[in-house]
Amino acid sequence: MKRRDFLLALLALLALWQVLAWLVNQPILPDPWRVFGALIQETLSGDLPIHFLASLWRVVASTLLSILLAAPAGLVLGQSQRLNRLFTPIIYLLYPIPKVVFVPVLLLFFGIGDLSKILVIFLILFFQILVLVRDQAAALRPELILSVRSLGAGRRALFRFVYLPASLPGILTALRQSIGTAVAVLYVAELFATRVGLGYYIYFQGSTLLNYPAMYAGILAMSFLGLGLYFLVDGLERRLCRWQVR
Amino acid sequence: MLEFRQVTFQYRHGAPLFLNFNWRVEKGDAWAVLGPSGCGKSTLLALAAGLLFPTQGQVLVEGQPLTRPRPHTGLIIQDYGLLPWATVRENAALGLRVRNLYGADGIHAPKDYVPRTDVTHWLERLGLLEVAGHFPAQISGGQRQRTAIARTLALEPDLLLMDEPFSSLDAPTREGLQSLVMELWADQHLTLVLVTHAIEEAAMVGKRILVLGNPPNTQALVLDNPGAGEAHYRATPEYQAICQFLREALNRT
Ligand SMILES: Nc1ncnc2c1ncn2[C@@H]1O[C@H](COP(=O)(O)OP(=O)(O)OP(=O)(O)O)[C@@H](O)[C@H]1O
Ligand SMILES: [Mg+2]
Repeated sequence: MKRRDFLLALLALLALWQVLAWLVNQPILPDPWRVFGALIQETLSGDLPIHFLASLWRVVASTLLSILLAAPAGLVLGQSQRLNRLFTPIIYLLYPIPKVVFVPVLLLFFGIGDLSKILVIFLILFFQILVLVRDQAAALRPELILSVRSLGAGRRALFRFVYLPASLPGILTALRQSIGTAVAVLYVAELFATRVGLGYYIYFQGSTLLNYPAMYAGILAMSFLGLGLYFLVDGLERRLCRWQVR
Repeated sequence: MLEFRQVTFQYRHGAPLFLNFNWRVEKGDAWAVLGPSGCGKSTLLALAAGLLFPTQGQVLVEGQPLTRPRPHTGLIIQDYGLLPWATVRENAALGLRVRNLYGADGIHAPKDYVPRTDVTHWLERLGLLEVAGHFPAQISGGQRQRTAIARTLALEPDLLLMDEPFSSLDAPTREGLQSLVMELWADQHLTLVLVTHAIEEAAMVGKRILVLGNPPNTQALVLDNPGAGEAHYRATPEYQAICQFLREALNRT
């Protein structure tokens, strides 16, 4: 995708928004300029940044947690047929369950703090990463490992030169595919029992304060969060997995 | 250089592939190991490389029993040996980077090892400079095999073990690489062991030929083939006779 096409698409969407705002002509759909004004104002003098950072922290923390736990587990399952046979039915059952239904359960168990929100996203990312890394690790030929070992590689070098690069594409693909879902589920989780986070902010501005421009500013902030993370992962994937993309 | 002394080996649930097997490779030899599929050729190399260990008996290199892969032994296998996510240059430098990671510890790298990563010399020698930035999936089978050779030679081995390195290549590429290997064998003072199931390849490369039969292998059948490696050997009656002999030996097993 060219940068110019990207900008054109952005302009077209803004124009569409503007036209809709004119047609609807009601406070529940302010035009882009008022929303951007509110966004700047809420960022400079309101507490939007605090909510943004709270959401960002939850996404980043749960992403790191899921990578740290799922990638090694995926590597182990991919390399050991016996363990994989043991766990495949369990994963098969758990993988398709929409994790968002666990929000109330996690709130009951882990309370209203950050932990319950982090765990919801973790559940989504964990299985996605686990499955993709496992499949990539299973595709590693034993001959490849042997031949790298014959170059003098012990456990440390195998990790650095084989297992780590072998699990990267799985991790990044999983993140690219599910970061959007993760942010959506974060929104839902933040509607419950919390006073910080973009989900709470959007809900509070819209239904309690009836400050619609600020509500849309919150929606924009949440979109930037999702988009920014997506672009980051996509860029990393392009840079680090050149051998696969072509 | 390399010695199998009363070696018995079997995989965990298998029958023995080798039973009290003896074999000696002298320094500077060029050996071909020939045998039918499943006779244990790859296993023999893995034992020689220190990747597998005998159930009984000993495998010695320079008089020392092997306990792990030895820094001065190079192993090249058919396909699958290159990292798909690394370029030709990075693959060729992999052994050096592994060594740099550990330093000159005498286990993963020789004690006198000086850290380096430049493999340009070897890429040039093997005609790989133009594809140095390509990934393995983007180059030909012959180029992949040459990358594997560059990677191993960059480590300056004295013992080079090759497991059917050319079996997936077309005839002209294969013959080109066979001559290249013999050239490298001569000017790098290598000891060479090349495993193959092709009679012609064994006769072209092996100054001595070890013929393995259906397991268990006990007695090594060894054939001298002094003309191997010379430019026009393929056209001589000696070559024809050796091939004929090998064909009969293989049929008997
Ligand atoms: N990791 C392993 N575990 C159990 N059995 C194995 C293993 N690797 C090989 N074998 C068995 O040992 C026997 C010898 O295998 P090996 O790979 O050494 O044969 P080979 O002579 O190299 O055959 P080919 O010409 O087909 O490569 C075969 O019957 C094979 O099935
Ligand atoms: Mg084999």
